[in-house]
Amino acid sequence: MTPKLRQEIEAKMALYPDRHSATLPALEAAQRVYGWCSPQALEEVAEAMDVTPAYLESVATFYDMLETEPAGRHSIYVCTNISCSLLGADELFRSIADAAGDDPEFNVRPFECLGACDIAPIASVDGVYVGPLSTEDVPQLLEDIRCERPVLPNKQLVKRPCADPGASA
Amino acid sequence: MKLLFENIDEPGLATREVYERRGGYESLRKALAMEPEAVLAELEASGLRGRGGAGFAMGKKVSFLPKGSIEKYLVCNADESEPGTFKDRELMQKSPHMLIEGIVIASYAAGASRSFIYIRGEYVQQADILDAALVQARAAGYVGEDILGSGHSLSLVVHRGAGAYICGEETGLLDSLEGKRGNPRLKPPFPANQGLYQGPTLINNVETLATVPAIIRIGGEGYAKLGTDTSKGTKLVSVSGHVKRPGNYEIELGVPSREIVYGLAGGLSEGREVKCWFPGGSSSPVLTKDDLDLPYDFDSMAKAGSMLGSGAIIVVDDSTPILDVALKVAKFYAHESCGKCTPCREGTNWTVKMLERIETGEATPMDLEIMASVQEHIIGNCLCVLGDAMAMPIGSMIAKFRDEFERHIEQVRAAHAPAAGAPALTGALA
Repeated sequence: MTPKLRQEIEAKMALYPDRHSATLPALEAAQRVYGWCSPQALEEVAEAMDVTPAYLESVATFYDMLETEPAGRHSIYVCTNISCSLLGADELFRSIADAAGDDPEFNVRPFECLGACDIAPIASVDGVYVGPLSTEDVPQLLEDIRCERPVLPNKQLVKRPCADPGASA
Repeated sequence: MKLLFENIDEPGLATREVYERRGGYESLRKALAMEPEAVLAELEASGLRGRGGAGFAMGKKVSFLPKGSIEKYLVCNADESEPGTFKDRELMQKSPHMLIEGIVIASYAAGASRSFIYIRGEYVQQADILDAALVQARAAGYVGEDILGSGHSLSLVVHRGAGAYICGEETGLLDSLEGKRGNPRLKPPFPANQGLYQGPTLINNVETLATVPAIIRIGGEGYAKLGTDTSKGTKLVSVSGHVKRPGNYEIELGVPSREIVYGLAGGLSEGREVKCWFPGGSSSPVLTKDDLDLPYDFDSMAKAGSMLGSGAIIVVDDSTPILDVALKVAKFYAHESCGKCTPCREGTNWTVKMLERIETGEATPMDLEIMASVQEHIIGNCLCVLGDAMAMPIGSMIAKFRDEFERHIEQVRAAHAPAAGAPALTGALA
C-alpha cells in the first residue's frame, strides 16, 4: 500500500468514534488507487483498518459504486430509471455502450436514479453530471473523456439555474 | 413565499461571506441566545413535518431524544435516492451553509454533540461543496468546540455513501454509516433511543434541517401560518417526466397539484395528456388526471390513496404503456432490495418476472390476480418499507389500469399464438 493511501485511510478512521465507519471511505480511496476493489486492495485496506478482507468484501459487494471486478478508469453511469427512461434513457445507454465498445478505459453502466431528473436523460461521468443528453451528444461525450477535457461543458448540471421563477426574484 | 430558494442562484451563495451577507447564521446566533428547550418549542410550534418521505413532525422527533448528558448524535439524511427526487441536491449544491446552520441549531435543541451528513456517493460535486463550506463554517466558529461562546459543541463529518437506495432508509443508513452493508434494523428500538453506535440519534432529511434557520428567523408561529392546517410551510417539489419545464419549485403546501404540473412545470407537450403521475416519488401509488385538482399536501395525497412522500412529482403522458412504467418501477426495487426480508427479496423479483411474462405474452389474466396478491403479501411484512414501496405503486397500477394490462396480455398472446395446424408447444411454455 502506498503511504499516501494508508495516511488517507488513517485520517478517515480518526473522524469517527468507531474505525469501522471508515469502511466506505477507505474502500473508495483504495478503488481510486487500484481501479477496483481487487483482492490485493481489500487485503491492504483490511490490514490498515484491522478488519478481515472478508468483512470488506461483504461490504464492497453491497454497494453499486464499488467495483468488485476490474473496471474501466472512466465511469459513465447512465441513469435508466423512470424519469430518464420516459425521455429516452434506454436508447441513450445502448448508444453510449455501443460507442464505447470494448475500450478498456470506459466503465459504462446503466444506473438507478441519479437524482437529476430535471436534466433527464442524464449521465454521470466520473462524478460530473451532464444532461439532457441525446444520442447525438455521444461522440462528443466520449471524445471529451478521451482527451481529458471537461465533459460537455454546456450540459453540466452545476451550471444550471434553478427552475423556480420565483427563486431569482 | 420563498424560504429555501430565496437568493438560491446568487453567485457565491455557497460561500460563507455571501451567505452571511444574506442574513446567514443570524438564526444560529438567535438560537444560541435562547435555551435549547425554547428552540425546541419553536420547532414544535412550526408544525414542520419531515421532508424526506414519512412526514413525521420534526419537533416531536427531536423531543423523543432522552435528556441528560448521554452522548447524542444527529444524522442528516442526504442519501436522496427516491426516483424522481432531486431537491436536496440543488439545496446542498447552492446553499450548503443553510444546511449546516440548520444542523447546528437542531443539534443544540436536541443536545447532540456529534453530527454526520450521509450523502449519496453519486453526489460527488455536492459533497465537495459541502466539505468546502464546512471548512469555512469551522473557521468561523459555527461548528466545533464552544460554538460562538455558547458552551455548545458539535463535530460534523460529511460521509459519502457508495450507491445503495436502501441507505436512505434511516436504520439502513445507520448500519451503512457504521461501515456495514446497509441492512435495515428491527424497530423498536427506534433511533431516538438506540441509533448510531447504539446511542440516541436524531435523523432528519436535508430539506427538513435546511428549513430550521427560517423557522428560527420568522418564529414557529410565523412558519405555521404558511400552508394548510396539517401541512405547514413551504415545500420543495421536484417535477420530472413528461413536462416542459422539469425542475425544483418551492411551493406553499396546499396549492392545487394542477398548478404545479401545468403552471410551474409548463404542462405536457402539445396534444398530450396526463396518463398517471406519482405525487411523491416512484414509491407513491399513482394518481390519474382526475386527481390533478387535489391540493398538494400530506393529507390530501393520503386521502386520495397515495402520499406526498419526498415531494417528487413524476408525470407520465398518455403515449406511454403502463406496462413499461410498472416494469421500470419493479426492476428498481428488485435491484435495490437488500435481501434481508423474504417477502421483499422474493416479492420484488417475482413481480418483475410476472411483468416480463406479460411483456413476452406468456401471461394469462390470472397472473394479474397473483401479482396483486403478491403485493398484498409484501406490505407490512418486512423490517422496512422498501418492499411496500414497490407494492403500493404496482398495486395502484394494476387497480387503475387493469383494462390496459389485460388488453396487452391478450394482444401479445394473440400475436404469439401458434397458427392452426402448427405443432404444439412443448416444455415450460406448453
